[in-house]
Amino acid sequence: MTDTETVLRVQGITKNFGDLVANDAISFSLKKGKVLSLLGENGAGKTTLMNIIFGHYTADGGHIEVFGKKLNASNPAEAIALGVGMVHQHFTLADNLTVLENVILGTEPLWKWVQDKAAGRARLKELSGEFGLHVDPDADIKSLTVGEKQRVEILKALYRGAKILILDEPTAVLTPQETDQLFGTLRDMLARGLSVIFISHKLGEVMAIADDIAVLRHGKLVANFPVAEASREIIAEKMVGEAVPQPRRQIMEAGEELLSVEDVSVKDENGQQILKNVSLHLHRHQIIGIAGVSGNGQKPLSDLVSGMCRPGSGQLNLSGEAITVFDPKEMVAKGIGRVPEDRHVQGVVGDFSVEENMILETYASARFSKFGWLRKKEVTDYAYSLIKAFDIRGAGPETIVRGLSGGNMQKVILSRVLENSPQIILANQPTRGLDVGAATFVHEQLFKARKEGAGIILISEDLEELLAVADSVAVMYHGQISPQMPVESVTLQQLGLLMSGEGFSVHSKGQDHAA
Amino acid sequence: MDFLDMFLNIGFWAATVRMATPLIFGTLGELICERAGVLNLGIEGIMTTGAMVAWMWVYQGGDLWTAVLVAAVFGMMFGFLHSIFSVYMGLSQHVTGIGITLLATSLSYYSFRMLLPGVTTPPKITPFQELPIPYLSEIPIFGEAFFSQSPLTYLAFVLVGVVSYVLYRTPVGLAVRMVGENPMAVEVQGIDVYRVRTGAVMVGSGFMAVGGAFLTISVFDAFYFDMINGRGWICVALVIFASWRPGKALLGAVLFAAFDAIQIRVQQSSASFIPYQFFLMMPYVFSIFALIVMSRKAAYPKALLVPFRRGQR
Repeated sequence: MTDTETVLRVQGITKNFGDLVANDAISFSLKKGKVLSLLGENGAGKTTLMNIIFGHYTADGGHIEVFGKKLNASNPAEAIALGVGMVHQHFTLADNLTVLENVILGTEPLWKWVQDKAAGRARLKELSGEFGLHVDPDADIKSLTVGEKQRVEILKALYRGAKILILDEPTAVLTPQETDQLFGTLRDMLARGLSVIFISHKLGEVMAIADDIAVLRHGKLVANFPVAEASREIIAEKMVGEAVPQPRRQIMEAGEELLSVEDVSVKDENGQQILKNVSLHLHRHQIIGIAGVSGNGQKPLSDLVSGMCRPGSGQLNLSGEAITVFDPKEMVAKGIGRVPEDRHVQGVVGDFSVEENMILETYASARFSKFGWLRKKEVTDYAYSLIKAFDIRGAGPETIVRGLSGGNMQKVILSRVLENSPQIILANQPTRGLDVGAATFVHEQLFKARKEGAGIILISEDLEELLAVADSVAVMYHGQISPQMPVESVTLQQLGLLMSGEGFSVHSKGQDHAA
Repeated sequence: MDFLDMFLNIGFWAATVRMATPLIFGTLGELICERAGVLNLGIEGIMTTGAMVAWMWVYQGGDLWTAVLVAAVFGMMFGFLHSIFSVYMGLSQHVTGIGITLLATSLSYYSFRMLLPGVTTPPKITPFQELPIPYLSEIPIFGEAFFSQSPLTYLAFVLVGVVSYVLYRTPVGLAVRMVGENPMAVEVQGIDVYRVRTGAVMVGSGFMAVGGAFLTISVFDAFYFDMINGRGWICVALVIFASWRPGKALLGAVLFAAFDAIQIRVQQSSASFIPYQFFLMMPYVFSIFALIVMSRKAAYPKALLVPFRRGQR
């Protein structure tokens, strides 16, 4: 097609994890100075494929050529030697060590009596300058922001002389402004002849940066074409396999006030201020979206509303009545339904069955227990009815929840929460890690609950989701919260600025509270 | 007053430094293992092994310094065994460590009995003699206390500096610290996590064994059952007290030894109305108290106790 040099050729790569075929005979190639975007739903096999190229996994079949040389990778050393660098989705940095230490590890022979940190520091500074990746070489990793950590990861690859850079979901943790900055850096690199594999499931970004697109679905390569020949619709269809109609938010008049958070401040056990003068008002038939980079107070806010922590000052009112007892059980009894952030840890008991998980909050009710004994038949019937109503696939009442897919696990949680017709629903990242079909289902259920009169707090890092689903949006930053803004009146850019702290009053750095 | 006299007493300070020596070896060894992310509870047994094999080597006619080497090699073998289970197989470090302690202790006792059947009073050897350092040892009190010690004691103090230098100033030290913080960060730089951890555990175990050897071929001249007497466990606590830093480990070991030395002296001078067990208990009470105070702000290696498994998800 073009006469540019092929730098990476992947031929028939296959990888199985037990019965799961994660990669099924995948072939593609990457050209010098180009960006290949690898697209696909969660679980399509993108990360597995990249981990094979970088040498974390050994492929069961197929082979890889880098600059014409066959890669017999069984560990990353060989891939690095051939010029492959990878920025992992979950950063591979040691928090208590400095930037410089993280970068120079492995760049010198291990057995040397003197480590040349000065030369490393000079080289690192030179690279930062050249690519505009500014970061203090002597800062501890733990003091860096997420965006800075990502720069360190890129610098690590560049320091090793990477010619091919693999970025696994690099924008998932960035604000829109940081994403623009990253794209600027990537363009610099392309201009210098580097090649990039960019993994994402965000179509907008892919259209902005990629030259070629490869789409994976269920471990198979289903499409591979230049971005110029593609449209959003075509790519989306390739990713999902069928066109999924997105539910639309109906305009609805907000009803009476259900929950008000009045000027609440909370300190954690170390005396750090994790919520600062937070106010929030939730009404019937209303979905409030809470945006913000993870760790800016979303968790304390949801802990507060679900009764897992108490306010240091300020107060909470439910339907105009002040809350005095902060206890999760009490909150559930008062009509608060929780879809927790981490479904595996807080959402389900993995080793329990579907039916047991469904009655976790109501097992003691007269319906399910009698004289302290569970009414097994009643429970099983209830589980059957929910499995049907929520279309939970591949599961019976006795199925152990751990084995379910993320989407089906989330349906189990939703069924438990929504069957109790909660007045207030607290949904923390309810669609994270779900494919489009499952995410759509979650949104439909939230809309249904809203129509029936519930008020919903939706915490999400996905701005597009918030703009599509919420009625009004507020942004959290360092434990503070912005005023609620009607969704019609805000743009992605405005939210991005707020997420990076603009418009918030006094804030001090280093107050990050990782979830 | 008695108490003041004690602190001006050469014997007291000399005893403190002497008692600190096995703790310094053990604590440094444990610290190296834990810095690489592996808790080595085999320490008590490995020290016992070191004590036994070093003594046996000398008893069979071997040279003292070779005995130190032999102890280190045996320690490293148990360290390697620990690594097979805890590093390569990723099994529980607690269970593995306790298993190694039971195995190493029993094997030492068993071998001792096998090699010396029918011995009732433990035979004696000629241990390391004090090696006064010229000039330095002539400084009043200070010099007499610190520079008229066993060569192994000097070695322990030198090793504190060496370990500190290697950990903080060399590439291999960086790899060890990094593997204890985030093994994945090491893996992605093309370094074999398993090898780094195994190497650290083996070297650390070698240190522990030399600490045990010090007891039989330097302080005492015989091998007794139960002679390690919980020193290994104290080292595990001292590592936490030291916040995983070699310099503080030295401080902790000397402090603990000083309490032990005080305890013995106070016991002798005022034993009439307080039961001696009370004084025996004091160093341990001190270490528990110190741990409570220190561990509140202890920044332990993040990947301590976390097994690393390559190529799995």
